[in-house]
Parts: sequence; C-alpha cells; structure tokens
Amino acid sequence: MRTIPVLLFAAFAIALPLALAAGGQLFYVGFASRVLIYALAATSLNLVLGYGGMVSFGHAAFVGAGAYTASILLAEGIATAWVGWPAAMLVAALLALAFGAISLRTRGVYFIMITLAFAQMMFYLSNSIKAYGGDEGLTLPRRADFGLGIDLANEIVFYYVALALLGAALYALARLAGSRFGRAILAIRVNEARAEAIGFPVRRYKLLCFVVGGAVGGLAGALLASHGKYVNPNVFHWTQSGTLMIMVILGGVGRLWGGVLGAGALLGLEHLIAEVRIDWLAALAPNYAQHANLGVGLVLLAVVLFAPRGLADLFTRRRDG
Amino acid sequence: MSWVLLFEQSLNGLQFGLMLFLLAAGLTLVFGIMDMINLAHGSLYMLGAFFAAALVEATGSFLAGVLLAVPATALAGMMLERALLRRLYARDHLSQVLATFALILVLNETVRIVWGSDRPLALPAALSGPVELLSGLFYPSYRLLIIAVGLAVALLLHLLVGYTRLGMWVRAGAANREMALAMGVNIGTLFTAVFGIGAALCAVAGALLAPLLAVQVGMGENILIVAFVVIVIGGIGSIRGAFVGALLVGAVDTMGRTLLPIALGAFLPPQFASAAGPALASVAIYVLMAGVLFFKPQGLFPARA
Amino acid sequence: MKKFLVAFTAMLVAAPSGHAAERIKIGFASTLSGPSASLGVDIRDAFMLAIKMNGGKLGGLPAEVLIGDDQFKPEVGRQLAEKFVKLDKVDFLTGFVFSNIMLASVPIAFENKVIYVSSNAAPSPLAGKQCNPYFFAVSWPNDAYHEAAGEHATQKGYKSAYLIAPNYQAGKDSLAGFKRFYKGRIAAEVYTNLGQLDYSAELAQVRAAKPDALYIFLPGGMGINFIKQFGAAGLARDIQLITPGFSSDQDIIRPVGEAMLGISDTAHWALDLDNAANRKFVAAFEQEYKRLPSLFASQGYDAALLIDAAVRALNGKLDDPEATRRALRAAKFDSVRGAFKFNRNQYPIQNYYLRVVAKDAQGRLVNKTVGTVFRDHGDAYVQNCAMN
Repeated sequence: MRTIPVLLFAAFAIALPLALAAGGQLFYVGFASRVLIYALAATSLNLVLGYGGMVSFGHAAFVGAGAYTASILLAEGIATAWVGWPAAMLVAALLALAFGAISLRTRGVYFIMITLAFAQMMFYLSNSIKAYGGDEGLTLPRRADFGLGIDLANEIVFYYVALALLGAALYALARLAGSRFGRAILAIRVNEARAEAIGFPVRRYKLLCFVVGGAVGGLAGALLASHGKYVNPNVFHWTQSGTLMIMVILGGVGRLWGGVLGAGALLGLEHLIAEVRIDWLAALAPNYAQHANLGVGLVLLAVVLFAPRGLADLFTRRRDG
Repeated sequence: MSWVLLFEQSLNGLQFGLMLFLLAAGLTLVFGIMDMINLAHGSLYMLGAFFAAALVEATGSFLAGVLLAVPATALAGMMLERALLRRLYARDHLSQVLATFALILVLNETVRIVWGSDRPLALPAALSGPVELLSGLFYPSYRLLIIAVGLAVALLLHLLVGYTRLGMWVRAGAANREMALAMGVNIGTLFTAVFGIGAALCAVAGALLAPLLAVQVGMGENILIVAFVVIVIGGIGSIRGAFVGALLVGAVDTMGRTLLPIALGAFLPPQFASAAGPALASVAIYVLMAGVLFFKPQGLFPARA
Repeated sequence: MKKFLVAFTAMLVAAPSGHAAERIKIGFASTLSGPSASLGVDIRDAFMLAIKMNGGKLGGLPAEVLIGDDQFKPEVGRQLAEKFVKLDKVDFLTGFVFSNIMLASVPIAFENKVIYVSSNAAPSPLAGKQCNPYFFAVSWPNDAYHEAAGEHATQKGYKSAYLIAPNYQAGKDSLAGFKRFYKGRIAAEVYTNLGQLDYSAELAQVRAAKPDALYIFLPGGMGINFIKQFGAAGLARDIQLITPGFSSDQDIIRPVGEAMLGISDTAHWALDLDNAANRKFVAAFEQEYKRLPSLFASQGYDAALLIDAAVRALNGKLDDPEATRRALRAAKFDSVRGAFKFNRNQYPIQNYYLRVVAKDAQGRLVNKTVGTVFRDHGDAYVQNCAMN
C-alpha cells in the first residue's frame, strides 16, 4: 500500500463534498455517501472472501441484520447512533457466529449454498414480520443522532462520518493483514491442510474472520438504513449478496482497496449508463438506456477476461503473487 | 385432507421434481465434470421457453415448436461454450461466478431485444383439459404429459450415462478429471457435448413448462437457486443424486405449501398460522438442504470419493 | 434504465418563485422493467400521449417529463423520488404502480410540499388516518375493485367463495375488501408466496373444496401463471373465476390468451365505456401505440388531464402548494371514465362496473362491460380522515 496514492485518494475524498456543494450538487453528496457505505460493506465481505478465502454468498444476511437492528431501535425511539450502531454490529456478529459455526462444517460449493440459504431464510423471515413493515419495509422518521454537535441529517456531515468509518475499517484491515492473525488466515487460505498440520486452530480462525466480517457488514447496514431512512426485506435477498460479491471480485479479491474500487466502479458504471446521454449510441438505438444491463454485463465480462485479478491490479501488482 | 387430494398433491410434487431434475442434471454435470459454477444455467432454461414460444408461433404446431426448441437451445448452448465459457474452466470459482453473472445480464437483455419481455404460449388444445384418473380424481392432462416426458428423459439419461461410451467418459470425468484426461479422453469435445446435453435438458424443461408459466425475461433466476439446492442435496456430479434430490425438493416444497398451513392451524391461532404457514413453506427447502448437509456435508451421493 | 426527454436541463436550479414558470416539470417514476413492467409502461405511454395530444403542454405550459424506472424495488423508487424532488425540483410527482414502492417513496415529496398524483396505487392508510393534503388519487381506493367483486358475488348468489392472494400487505387488504361486501360463505382464504410460479398444489385444494366462485388477487406474472394453470386444470367448467380488474386487463390477456375467456372482473373503467373522452382516448392510444389500452393506461391519461385542468385554472402559477392543492380538488376535466369527483380525502368517488372477458367484433380479447355494481362509491376509510 503505497503512501502517495493513498494520500491523493484521501485528499480527493475529503474535498469531494465541498466541491459538489459549491457547485450546487448537494444531491450527489448523498450518492457519494452511498458509494462509501457500499464500499464498507464490500470491504467487510472482502475480509471473509478475499482474505479468509470463504466464498460466502449470504453476506447480505449480516448487512441486513445491521440495517434492521438499527432501524427497529430508531423506530422504537432509541435515536442515538452510539447505541444503535454498536447494537447493529453486535446482532450481526452473533448471527455470523451462529451461521458461521454451522456453515463452516462444509466447504466448496456446499458452503456457498448453505450461506445463501441462511440469507434467504432471513429474507423470508423479514417479509413475514408485519410489525416492522413486512414487504413494505420500514420508513424511519429521521437519521440517527450522533451527538457531539454532529448533525447526521446534514448530507455533508454524514458523508464525512461514513468516510471516517470507512477509513478506520481500511486501516484496521491493513493492520490485520500484517498481524499474526492475518498471516495465519493467509496461510489457511493458501493451503488449509498444511496450516492445520502446522498447528493453527483453523476452524476457530476462520470463524473469527467470518464474525468480524459480519460485524463490519452490520455496521454498513446500519449506515445504509440511517442514510436512506428506509429498510425493507430486499436488503437480505441473494441478489444483494451477489452484488457485494461482484464488487469485491471487480475491485480485486484480497486486495485492501478491492471493496472500495469495486463499489465505486459498479455504482459509478450503473449511474453513468443510466444518466449520461451517449449521443452516438442513442443515434444507433434510441432505446439504449432501457437495455443498460447489457452494457454493464459486457463490461463485467471484459473485466473478468482481461483484468482477471480485478481493478486493483491495474494500479499495483499483488506482492505475494 | 382426503386421499384424493393427497394423491393429487403427490402427483404435483412428482411433476415439479421431475422438471427440477432436468435442470439439476445439466447443472451437476457441468459442475462435476468441468468444475464450473454456471449461474447462466437458468438462462438456458429461459432460452428454451422463448425458442418454444417463437417456434410454436412460427410453425403453427405445438409439437414441432417444442421439439425444435431443444436442438436450437442445445446449439446456442454449445456455441456459448466454445466462444466464451471454455475460457473459464481454468479460472477460479469466483471468476466463474462473476462471468456467468454478467452472462445472465447479457442474455436477458439479448432475449428482450430479440423477442421482447414476454411471449404468450398456449396449451395445445388436445391437452388443455383434465383427465379422470380414478373416480373423482381429475388431473390436468398436460401435467401428466410432463410427468411422462420427465420420466422418459430420466430413463434416457440413465441409459446414456450408464451404458454408452460417452456416458462412461462422463462418469470418469466426474469421478476424477485428471485421471480421465490422462487416460486419453478428448476433453474439448467431451466438455462441449456435456454442455450441449445440459442445455438440451434445460430446453426440455423450459419448453414443457412454458404453456403453464409466464414466459418472461428473468424466469431463469428464480429456478436457478432451487436447482443449486437440488444438486447440493444430491451431491455434485451425480445424476442419481440430482434425481433423488429433485424429487425430495419437489415433495417437500409441494407438501410444505399444502400441509404446513393446515398443521400450523391446528396449533396456533389463525392470524399466526396464516402468516407463519407460507413463510415456513418458503424456507422448507432450505431447511431440508441445511439438514442434509449437517449429516452428509457432501450431499447424498457425491460423485467424487 | 432512465430516459430523459430533455436531457441536460435537469441540472438547472428551480425556477424562481413569485411569477409563472416557463415550463412545468413532472417526475414520473414507475416500474418499467421486469415481469410487471407492462403496467408502468402503459401508464407512462398514456400520460405522454395526453401531453402530446395537448401540444406538448400541461395547463398551457410546455411539459418536461423526467422518467425513472424503480425496477420493482422500493429502495430504488425512493432514490428516484429523492432525486426528482431534491435535485430536479419537479412540480409534481407521479407514476408509481405498486403500493409498497409508493409508500416508501412519497414521504420525501410530502416533506418538501410536492404533490403526488397517484395513477395507480392508493392504499387505505392514506385514505384514512394518514390522509395527506399532498396526495391525490386519480385511480381508485385500493380496496374498491375487491369490494365491488364481493358485492357482485353476493348479488349473483354465489353461496361459497374460495379466496387466494399473495402473502403481503396488498394481498391481505384485497381479501379484506372482498369480505367486506361478500355475504356468502368463505370456503377458504389462502395466502401464497410472493412471486410463486406454480399453483398446482393450491389448485388441487380448490378442486377439493368445490366452491361456487374463486376470487384471486394475483398481480403481474403470478396472475399469468395462475390463470394458465387454472385453465389446464379444467376448473373453469364448475367454478367461476372472479378477479379485480387489474388481474384481467390487457397486460394479462396478451400473455395468457384464450384461457381468459369467461373471467368476470370489476373495474372503474372499460374500453367500451360510452363517453366522448373515452372514445377519443382509445382510438388515439391504439393508433399511436398499436395496442389496446389497459385500465392502467386510462389512469395515466386521466392523471395528465387532471394536472392539466388544475394548472390551467392556476394560470400556470405553481409557487403556492396550497393553491395548487385547491385547484386539483376543484379541477374539472373530461375523464375517460365519465364524471369525476374527489372525496374529501382526495380519493375518487365513482362507479364500478362488472366486466367479462370476451371477444370483440374484430375477434380480439377484451373486457366487455355487462353491468354496474356500485354507483358513486367512496371508500371505507374516509371517516378516519381529518381533512376537509
């Protein structure tokens, strides 16, 4: 992780909302916040998937659990983020502990399917609980209350809070990767049998990795619910897990910036194709915007075929190869 | 619940299970032999349905349309395999996930551009009514046809895999790919053939179910997850596993939808039963899968030792 | 998946207040993709047709319609509403098809005093306790078609009725509406999974129960599947299938085909309603889009006409939300359904008709009006509404 690109990125990220606000584009600050939140969620999945080597197709369960926990607390009158957000992380962590303990008994595609099944169960469960909206979802009266004079209702303030949390998560991930635990996880990912032979408590480490990833995912969920002031069962759907996975793969599996790059690229691509008029394309096919998914699909295919290690590879080669 | 109703529901479960088997068989073969996760498998099913709808309209004959849809889809599948998918065999599962997910998007939009978002397909007049199987038991004749065709195809597949040279290569490849390669099996042709068979099976299911279901873009995604559940229960690479798994899932799903609300209604007050019943029924197959994996983490009949 | 009719002007800040605006901006967010897209597409096409027939204007002002696709997801609908209200500063918001997406999205409009004109979903909470001055329903109260169906079933003398709906809020409301007016015996009340495709199990149970009538509320792809399978099961011979109008209109008729013949349904509008505005609308729609309009299209068209009449009465001055609201309440326009009147909760009071799916003179499958079930029918929730 080279210092100069990181500093440049940090400078850009810090300046962005101010520039947008000056240009009267306050709405896009909200869009940028969403990118940051998805970057956090994708990074949490990256820990599990990229670093831990566990292909979890049910990560949406933890993001959703965090979203619902924060929302339910807010709806019941507990507006402070200092309770709501840690609670979201705790609930997500406990869920990850339960699901992980069972899922990690399997491996390969079986692991993928059972994680997916757990997320689907959360989806159907949340659809049935009418008290908190059921399929209509839960609309929140306000964003969480941060205290300390920080007003989360202000778009720019929310952006900086999200940026700070993302930065903290990335820093923690970088430290984790360099720590003993991190090296153990890497060894497990590369060759599990050998790691076990050496004496690492493989099952326990994988579970720990899974739980930490779930907890951070829960935080992202809480932010998502608070930002949009809305949550509904779709947050658990397998296509959400799929989207997060796409972001990680796109950005670079196991690369520190994989989640950030992937979230930015996917959300940016979708927005670009939908919003910006591409005149020569419109001349060919006036309805092209309705088939935007075709463009997204082709771009993703191109990335898989020609940038096999994800976008992060375009910036720096992975050191361990 | 009367015996007549129970019998009818059993037939429904059997029919659903057999169609699932057609989808799962191709999926498990591709996964077992080529070690590739193909999320676009559901799209082949969608292609089969759309080809059937278009060809029935073009030829004016239900039989001709459905029969022609199968080779058409198989051909499309094989072209896809040669052009794109074979580059993915050597890649890791994650890349395959991303690539085939992208393929779903591309195929969905392509179908939408070529044929529109949905197409009508009506039942053939001769089969559009019920048949009286026993006194008092009426069953839709078309669904009986589906059961018959499903069983016939299952038998054909069993003969193909168990008693032909191609089948022998398939079983060898599923059991141990490197060894099969070392023994001189022509991998390229085998893979294309396997993919073609998988696509053909999807087409049979898609074309047969088209008159009963909405033929729409995106119809493959819903059934894809269920097909994955089936092959996980049955065991990757095993056709027998796919068969048993599919019938199990078909039975559990059908019975879940019908028996659970009744059973719950006996214990719980009505407003809970009416909410809990459908909710539990929808997760019943996932609970089944979790249960199977708990005792047999590699599925019921894993092809690999 | 969004389409801008006038692309880059969306970036400009809203027109200054105090005098008439040079144009009127409408935010149109609807379900334009996925299995249920035909509903949103119909509403949009009819809305745009009304504007085109009006010379590209609404209320005398050139109309700029920003179109967005909610992809059947409440969170996307919500983001669209936020964008239209906060970024594009639209004068009116309209278009949502589904209640759950709409309920998630309109609070942002209400908070910013932007009026939402509903051309489809109009759920009961907004008719009663939570009635809102910024919400206008041009279509019908959500329960109305179901109430009319229940009333019809009672009038027709069906002794028993079997009810099926999906397991979500609108599904529950629909059957509650039916039961409010049906006085016979309820054979069973079954809730299926949202998005369920195969109904063989449910149909087997219907067969065993032997009801006189079967009432279903299964919108979109669910309805297409169910009706196809109902036909295959041969149940049409002994059981009358009744649906609300939105489960039997053109968007379902096209994919299902002849299996639709004989279905009874209830609606506030039909192709053959005999008034000048309707004849003009149907002919123009068919000529422009080469297909018959559905009742969703009629609602989109009426929404445009309503906005047109109100803005005209205001002489194009849209800076006072309260005045706009009063103008909408009092607006006089030639609705394609005949006479149009708002209740005090800003939901319509209107007739509901019995229709049957049959072939018209050209052999096409259409809904024919065969009777009137309710005259000047309001809704059951207005008494809880505090507005006047």
